[in-house]
Amino acid sequence: MSTATETTTTYAPAAEILGTVLAPGAKPPRPSAWSASMTFGWRAMLKIKHVPEQLFDVTAFPLMMTLMFTYLFGGALAGSPTEYLQYLLPGIMVTSVVMITMYTGVEVNKDIEKGVFDRFRTLPIWRPSTMIGYLLGDILRYTMASTVILLVGLVLGFRPQGGLAGAVGGILLLLGFSFAFSWIWTMFGLMLRSEKSVMGISMLVLMPLTFLSNVYVQPATMPGWLQVFVNANPITHLVASVRSLMAGTPDLGELTWVLVASVLLIAVFGTLTMRLYNRK
Amino acid sequence: MPDLAIQTSGLVKVFGDTRAVDGLDLAVPAGAVYGVLGPNGAGKTTAVRMLATLLRPDGGEATVFGHDVVREADAVRSRVSLTGQYASVDEEMTGAENLILLGRLLGHRRPAAKERAAQLLEAFGLTEAAGRQVKTYSGGMRRRIDIAASILNTPELLFLDEPTTGLDPRSRNQVWDIVRIVVAHGTTVLLTTQYLEEADRLANRIAVIDQGKLIAEGTPGELKSSVGAGAVHVRLRDPATRPDAERVLAEALDATVYLDADPVALTARITGNGREAAAAEQASRALARLAETGIVVDDFSLGQPSLDEVFLALTDHPATEEAA
Repeated sequence: MSTATETTTTYAPAAEILGTVLAPGAKPPRPSAWSASMTFGWRAMLKIKHVPEQLFDVTAFPLMMTLMFTYLFGGALAGSPTEYLQYLLPGIMVTSVVMITMYTGVEVNKDIEKGVFDRFRTLPIWRPSTMIGYLLGDILRYTMASTVILLVGLVLGFRPQGGLAGAVGGILLLLGFSFAFSWIWTMFGLMLRSEKSVMGISMLVLMPLTFLSNVYVQPATMPGWLQVFVNANPITHLVASVRSLMAGTPDLGELTWVLVASVLLIAVFGTLTMRLYNRK
Repeated sequence: MPDLAIQTSGLVKVFGDTRAVDGLDLAVPAGAVYGVLGPNGAGKTTAVRMLATLLRPDGGEATVFGHDVVREADAVRSRVSLTGQYASVDEEMTGAENLILLGRLLGHRRPAAKERAAQLLEAFGLTEAAGRQVKTYSGGMRRRIDIAASILNTPELLFLDEPTTGLDPRSRNQVWDIVRIVVAHGTTVLLTTQYLEEADRLANRIAVIDQGKLIAEGTPGELKSSVGAGAVHVRLRDPATRPDAERVLAEALDATVYLDADPVALTARITGNGREAAAAEQASRALARLAETGIVVDDFSLGQPSLDEVFLALTDHPATEEAA
């Protein structure tokens, strides 16, 4: 590290120069909740810029999921992969994005070990903005994953009846729900001791939620007791809503269900997250 | 009575079975450097974290410039900054990005935040490294970006938690110079350290804490005169002369002489009435007496009292090496 050593040896703190930066200027007013959240969002973007490899899981993973399930089940379940894709695509999009939400918890957990978290917690800012910053960065990741899946779907023959508006509407609903759902992971990220345990809990929650749903097959084909679970599963309602939007026939009942669930998720897990954040 | 930057009474923090901070009373005057001296696990960091609103006290009270650290946390936060033991900046981001981020979070608009960042980088000799990720910085540079981040809001009170631990001597001196300049501009600095030398050089007053309790408080001079000004370490050529040397030193210094594990070495504490010059004089007289007696000395050194010696003197037990 030759440059590092050079700078260290030549630096001598000068009273005049340090004096100018220490001169107490007028302190700016504290930033608004919105401004602080957006600034943390900017931080999340910078981290993506510096470590672009982390985008692998929002590009390659969704691509793999789509291809795998389309060709694995397509022939058996719907006669042909293209036929099946019309049913599967909205569901596999929901599955992939909801799976990616768990990285929010991992990120939070990695950060709290570091001193920078202490710095943020000693700032006089709106407390939830730190957490919202993570989620803003994640929304970018979710958007990328959804776009990848939509494009792959279109190439493979997915033809949404709702057109572009329907597809975009479906993605927006998915992003909104994922934002709300991620608060579960910010909570676990703050609560658990290691990244590994965050991953472990995430899989424990996500596997049943995504598989025991209407993503892959019609719930009507399942035994009655399983249908009870599947129909109560928020992922089922989310998938039904996204499907209805992409098909151009919005199901208002399902949409309301998803929006109410999102608000509840934020209210419950947002509150728990902030309690943990303040106590840490 | 000058204004107080920090006042605590009966401050307590418990982790499981450990009382990390156990009824701590501190009164830190504003506008000076206040040193908190203690070994690892003494409760220094825990105390600082409570004062910086990062930890909730389990008992007692603490105010910073008259604001309660729990009930008026935001008022405290707008007046303080903390530089922790580990870099309190984001290592994956560049130096400039870190400072701009903080500037924005403190309410500066983007252009002002950029300008402030550039000024700070310049003042801390980091302009060339501005565009590099902090993880590529040397230890001294990290400390500097950390302190730069801490004074971005020109805090009224700056907490420096072991700012020189792990730094090479040159970087340590830079940090000391920076601290002096910061204080000269009216910021109160609370500095924790394990080194008596550091507290002695920088602090106007020192609190010595051990096992979460305050065991001594005063100016460096007061503290040292209670401990002794230092110790003289002597290495003899011939181990057989050690009993004689012990007697001569004990007489000349009027102090207890300790026999080291090494059969040719001895150590004697010197009082010097708290003054280094007097201590040096006493030590040279003692060495002259050894020479007169015909005892050959291979090597000797005069050391400031170490933290261990301070602890021995104040608590009758050595500084314990418990984890924090």
